[in-house]
Amino acid sequence: MTVELDLAALSVRQVNAALQQAQEGTYRVLHPGGAHALACGLDAPVEITIDGHAGYYCAGMSKDADITVMGNAGTGCAENVMSGMVRVKGDVSQSLAASGHGGLVVVEGSASARAGISMKGVDIVVGGDVGHMSAFMAQAGRLVVLGDAGTDLGDSIYEAEIYIRGDVASLGADCIQKPMDEQHLAVVAQLLDRAKLEADPASFTRYGSARKLYHFSIDHMDEY
Amino acid sequence: MPDQADSSHIPATVPRKSATFDDYTLSEIRRAAQTGIYDIRGGGAKRQVPHFDDLLFLGASMSRYPLEGYRERCDTAVVLGSRFASKPIELKIPITIAGMSFGSLSGQAKEALGRGASAMGTSTTTGDGGMTEEERGHSDKLVYQVLPSRYGMNPDDLRRADAIEIVVGQGAKPGGGGMLLGQKITARVAGMRTLPEGIDQRSACRHPDWTGPDDLAIKIQELREITAWEKPIYVKIGAARPYYDTALSVKSGADVVVVDGMQGGTAATQEVFIEHVGIPTLAAIPEAVRALQELDMHRKVQLVVSGGIRSGADVAKALALGADAVSIGTAALVALGDNDPALEDEYQKMGTTAGAYDDWHEGNDPAGITTQRPELAQRLDPIKAGRRLANYLTVMTMELQTLARANGKSNVLNLEPEDLVALTVEAAAMARVPLAGTSWIPGT
Repeated sequence: MTVELDLAALSVRQVNAALQQAQEGTYRVLHPGGAHALACGLDAPVEITIDGHAGYYCAGMSKDADITVMGNAGTGCAENVMSGMVRVKGDVSQSLAASGHGGLVVVEGSASARAGISMKGVDIVVGGDVGHMSAFMAQAGRLVVLGDAGTDLGDSIYEAEIYIRGDVASLGADCIQKPMDEQHLAVVAQLLDRAKLEADPASFTRYGSARKLYHFSIDHMDEY
Repeated sequence: MPDQADSSHIPATVPRKSATFDDYTLSEIRRAAQTGIYDIRGGGAKRQVPHFDDLLFLGASMSRYPLEGYRERCDTAVVLGSRFASKPIELKIPITIAGMSFGSLSGQAKEALGRGASAMGTSTTTGDGGMTEEERGHSDKLVYQVLPSRYGMNPDDLRRADAIEIVVGQGAKPGGGGMLLGQKITARVAGMRTLPEGIDQRSACRHPDWTGPDDLAIKIQELREITAWEKPIYVKIGAARPYYDTALSVKSGADVVVVDGMQGGTAATQEVFIEHVGIPTLAAIPEAVRALQELDMHRKVQLVVSGGIRSGADVAKALALGADAVSIGTAALVALGDNDPALEDEYQKMGTTAGAYDDWHEGNDPAGITTQRPELAQRLDPIKAGRRLANYLTVMTMELQTLARANGKSNVLNLEPEDLVALTVEAAAMARVPLAGTSWIPGT
């Protein structure tokens, strides 16, 4: 049975308190109206549907939960997510899954600037495009984009991996194209399968760190 | 006419070095020419700037009653975070330990800070690198920093913290991110930060998911939602534009504003950044207090001041100018054993001397504090070092009470600008107290 929590009658605090205390079950948040910080700080395998648009930091720091936003989501959706699943049916604003440590984040539409910034192990799949400076200082995890990427993709990237199917406007400092081996095709195929998005893994190009900026060197000043 | 016969005995002038091109400057030019990279070091600004030494308390006189120095009560307790948090932090003394990361410091040093602070009923603060068990386990009150890098950021740690500090900047480098060079990125430090072992870590200088005070207000809302509105939320700013930054922190919903002056230390950054960006602590306090007063938030949003706090006199002067509490970093490390002359032989081998050692980023600290090398870190006994910190905090507190009683205050928070005068025109202008012996406050 699905428990309905109506933001037309309840405050964000009341809704989040109910979701944060739940240990299991299925919840539906009605009339979200772009409210901020919805379904953040969850710590249990609950299933939650946000029945519309969400504001900033929806699903922030989430652990174990399975959260679906039926509309669009604002800045910092799934920021610092630890585990579980977050799916947005529409588009998201900037800083998608910023600093995310784990779990899978799926955006069926497009993501704005800085998608995957400082990501630390989260897997991100975007059905549309991502904006500029995506995967900036990305440390670990995978970013898969079915559309195009904006300028300065993967600037100052560490060990995260980026897979782009469309065009890349430009690569950031220390981010380079890398060969797609069998293992990488398998990674993309598996992530697409988990994201329930269809595309040919062979149509993606892999990008990652040249590892030239890992140590200070006078010879790399042109990179900055 | 010169005496030709005595030309071999013309008195020579004493060799004269340039004030502009002094020995340090010349050595830095040679170092830069040899290496091709800027100088990196730890600590805060070493240049002379107007400071608390340029202020004096007036004490009691015909028109002011002192309190009995050894008998009458002088309260030192302070509550931080009473604006919105349901569980504000209650400190027995208004002296806290500033944020310093595990990574920049050894685990033993973090444990010692926790032991010393807890013995005195005050708080410690994490740093750029997450929360360790040594720290949580030995700190009765622990402030968890949310930094631009988000290294080790974890909602479980957020919930087990006693307060949260959003770091916008620090006094040593307003506008700069953290730096930890490869020598200190051990397997454990790398694992906590999700970085490859041994790389030079240069942290982000901007938060990844908010820009500006409007966003910050929503970020604070999220952190409150995750922690059930229990934890005080501090906003820490480097002293740059303290009037505006304090006002914007209040507007963003902070419970506490932390202002860190340019003398405040860092684990590592460029020397040029430390010495040339930001303003002195003394100059920052009145501006932050003015912002709070104009918003009718003075004493409602608490102000914590850091950067060059060394003694109970410094604490008293900061409180008199309007702070609610102070934080110490460098001084706490010295109390643990940093830069101890007993280690002079080892400092000499590194080309430095006790009191000047600041290459903390190299990880070779013979005191076992700013290192990740196990054989050095184990030199520091956390119990004994914690005791030294507690002793030092005790002395600072007694000095603070001494000065408060001398000015007739039964609570250290009752100290006020009226109790102060300045020794220099610069300090009078910055602190907005009269030049000693006059009623003149420059600029008013």
